[in-house]
Amino acid sequence: MTTAKGKVVVKVEGLRKTYGKTIAVENISFEVYEGEIFSMVGPNGAGKTTTIECIEGLRQPDKSNIEVLGLNPKKDEHGLRERIGVQLQTSALQDRIKVWEALDLYASFYPKSTDWEALLERLGLADKRSDYFDKLSGGQKQRVFVALALINDPEVVFLDELTTGLDPRARHSIWDLVRDIQKSGKTVILTTHFMEEAERLCDRVAIVDHGRIVALDSPENLIQSLGAETRIVFNLESATERPSEKLKGIAGVTKIEQIGDRVVVYGTGTELAGNVVNALTSQGIRFSNLRTEQPNLEDVFLTLTGREMEA
Amino acid sequence: MRGLKKLTLIELKTFLRNPTGAFFTIIFPLMLILVFGSIYSNTPGETFGEYGIVDVYVPSFTGMIVGISALTNLNTDIASAREKGILRRLKATPLRPLTILTAKITLVFSMTSIAMILMIIAGKLVFGLRFNGNPIEVVAAFALSSFSFFAFGLVVASIMPNVRAAESFGFILLFLMLFLSGVFVPFEIVPDAVQQVAQVFPMTHVTTLMRGLWIGQSLVDHMKEVVVLLGILVAGVLISAKIFRWE
Repeated sequence: MTTAKGKVVVKVEGLRKTYGKTIAVENISFEVYEGEIFSMVGPNGAGKTTTIECIEGLRQPDKSNIEVLGLNPKKDEHGLRERIGVQLQTSALQDRIKVWEALDLYASFYPKSTDWEALLERLGLADKRSDYFDKLSGGQKQRVFVALALINDPEVVFLDELTTGLDPRARHSIWDLVRDIQKSGKTVILTTHFMEEAERLCDRVAIVDHGRIVALDSPENLIQSLGAETRIVFNLESATERPSEKLKGIAGVTKIEQIGDRVVVYGTGTELAGNVVNALTSQGIRFSNLRTEQPNLEDVFLTLTGREMEA
Repeated sequence: MRGLKKLTLIELKTFLRNPTGAFFTIIFPLMLILVFGSIYSNTPGETFGEYGIVDVYVPSFTGMIVGISALTNLNTDIASAREKGILRRLKATPLRPLTILTAKITLVFSMTSIAMILMIIAGKLVFGLRFNGNPIEVVAAFALSSFSFFAFGLVVASIMPNVRAAESFGFILLFLMLFLSGVFVPFEIVPDAVQQVAQVFPMTHVTTLMRGLWIGQSLVDHMKEVVVLLGILVAGVLISAKIFRWE
């Protein structure tokens, strides 16, 4: 199936999954297009993992119509797994297995597999190939799991809470890795509870809360839909200056606050910061530490759910 | 069964890298036969007629060897692969469940066989082990005992909620059987009442069968044991196929 946005590789309709009396996921529907990085973001327990594992065919939904690469995850379980790559939120490898052994082993499960030596190189694991998996750091282990998810040269890659528990540096280098995966022509579906990760990495984001999708769009559109204002914050060299009269006339400015030498200009529009800086310079008002504060996905979540996103 | 060869090889490698497991399975029975043989010697006496204690212990220890493999090795291995998420990760590949099971059973049967062979060689070389059975029937009985116990171990692995439970239950059951099923304490010196009760343990049938075949009785003389062990094998496979859990 092809739409204006491209070929649909994953289609989920009316997904519902309960565990006993707890409803984990209720009426979730969305489509993922070929070549995009699609993310489900939301707090722990929102239903992200349940959803992704139903798509992978690892869990049985109570009700749904799911299609992945034109296959039904239930009926074509094994056929589907040959074409997708999976990194699970919680899983492990055999005790006392070495990195290269794990790759060699997993490669043997598929009818076609990629050159895992090259994969190790690409993931920065070449010097760890003969190390025991158990002895690796958290970031290195995640890289091995990413390698295993790529070992069959899959068309769709699922990454579930890939960067949870990693330090910021490891997280950033994993983001680069995910972008590389996309560049190599694969579709990536990931879940995260880091709003920043979704915002910086993904083409489209489904915000999930209490088992439902509360919003789905590109991060930019989601943020814009808030209609929230950009804040431009700066300090004046002299606290006796009163620049507000001169700034009021600028297009898009809605409000100006000044406390001592600190000024906050509220407004909308992409030109806002430039206009404010121009106005200040042309009036000869000296300022420092100017920065803009944009609304982000955290604000979107806050607005949609009425509460802060908690990890 | 794509992946079977590599998976079996990895199972073997990681097994041998765990010295305690490898020791307990392979070396422990060998060590016991050397210790018991040295203490009592293998001279025929009143208790066992024309046979010595080593001639009785070697076939009896079959029960111990298959018991250790099935109840301390196979069942905890599967329970732990499930608990840690190793099985979950494997499930996310096209690998078939039967392939995983075949790899594990192949490994555990190889180790069981090695333990058995080492014990027999040591018995022969050190104590002049006597053997009057039909080798083919003895091998068949050994294989039946092994697979019957593996099926039993699989059921234990599926029933137990976690590794600790599987481990504890396996050990208790193993030691109970080692003492009551004629392995450590030969049937000749066990009261009749205890022998009657011990009929409920699968290991009792292994000991009876192996001891009988060892001194020249045939499988036909032991139809009861054969049927019981076959029954455990079939029931174990059916039950574990029904209740097997990936996570």
